[in-house]
Amino acid sequence: MSAHYLLHLADNALILGQRNAEWCGHGPVLEEDIALANNSLDLIGQARLLYQHAAELLGHGATEDSLAYFRDVPDFLNYTLLELPHSNALLPTASSDRDFATTIVRNFLYSALMVLVWEKLQNSQDSQLAAIAAKSLKEVRYHLRHARDWLVRMGDGTAESHTRAQNALNHLFAYTQEFWTPSAHETAACQSGMGMDASSLQADWNTLVDQALAQATLSRPASGGFVSTGKQAVHSEHLGFVLAEMQSLARAHPTATW
Amino acid sequence: MTAPPKPDARQALHDRVWDLLAPLTDPEIPVITLRDLGVLRDVRDGADGLQVVITPTYSGCPAMGQIEDDVKAALAAHGIEAQVITQLSPVWTTDWMPAQAKEKLRAYGIAPPHTRDAEQLSVVQFAARAPHAPSVACPQCASVNTTETSHFGSTACKAMYKCLDCLEPFDYFKPY
Repeated sequence: MSAHYLLHLADNALILGQRNAEWCGHGPVLEEDIALANNSLDLIGQARLLYQHAAELLGHGATEDSLAYFRDVPDFLNYTLLELPHSNALLPTASSDRDFATTIVRNFLYSALMVLVWEKLQNSQDSQLAAIAAKSLKEVRYHLRHARDWLVRMGDGTAESHTRAQNALNHLFAYTQEFWTPSAHETAACQSGMGMDASSLQADWNTLVDQALAQATLSRPASGGFVSTGKQAVHSEHLGFVLAEMQSLARAHPTATW
Repeated sequence: MTAPPKPDARQALHDRVWDLLAPLTDPEIPVITLRDLGVLRDVRDGADGLQVVITPTYSGCPAMGQIEDDVKAALAAHGIEAQVITQLSPVWTTDWMPAQAKEKLRAYGIAPPHTRDAEQLSVVQFAARAPHAPSVACPQCASVNTTETSHFGSTACKAMYKCLDCLEPFDYFKPY
């Protein structure tokens, strides 16, 4: 069903937007606090446009708010990569619960994908999705530039920053395998002309990533092993906590307006 | 029931609406009008009456709600009721900004956006910053000896810069 493809794109934007917003008020420097909040604002704006469109297709009283705030973990279709915390036990160099290297590496890996995805989706046969793609592409180019700059600065920086960036990359890289294994809703959207085949972007993504890693003097981790399944609604244990925080206010006051 | 107004009467109403909306400015950057910004796209007749078409700048720009309210209030003050329609395509671009609006931005202390042609590079070049990327002139002293301090500024549409000659920090309206 085509709305599921829109929900996949919307959930990606919303969940990463929510994650990056955790930096608001906690950025390592003021400029980065503002940058990550801006990045979240763009992502949540994109999510809203996508949810509004999905709600029209779904009907039955669905709204952007019902889709964002009143669905549960098994309904969300975002990549697992995007719901992971900014730090965890597998990151030996993370010194707090927000590891800036993790944030930057994740934003880099995802933005490098999305510049390619939005570029393609500008030609979607769904004219509203094509319009959203054209806007989102302009925004994600800046997200990629921001993340890439920091990746190079950290990778090619001090021994400490290099180690942290490499550890974050080692931790997150395996989750990008999920980009290239089509789900049923992606395949259906591709066939209907709304979506496109993400696996066709892998070569271009590799070029983008490898060039940046080379400049950052970081080494690309080997792929393989478990392929995460968030976009098929089977998530890590972390998404529930993200939703609990994000949805609690709306669920406590379900009829509130402002 | 009255007869539907004649086309020229509608045209006169549309012209009046354009005039009434002409002074409205961006809520965050009060020197630039909504029309110059390119947010105000069209005044037209829809199935349910008058429609004013606007297009968002950045997807998440929180000023859009304010802009919609401002449009409605400006017309309501003159007894005109209109529906505000948000349209995404053609996608908003800073290239729509006329030269005199860019000059107003500069005089206000915001470096105006370069045209996108100058920034229109492949993704790899854009992200990696091609060496020939245009420099941003300081709105205070016009020096091009400036440096970006952050890609993102006080609003989604701006980056933060610093002039290395007069040492003033300033905002740069990013090409979109």
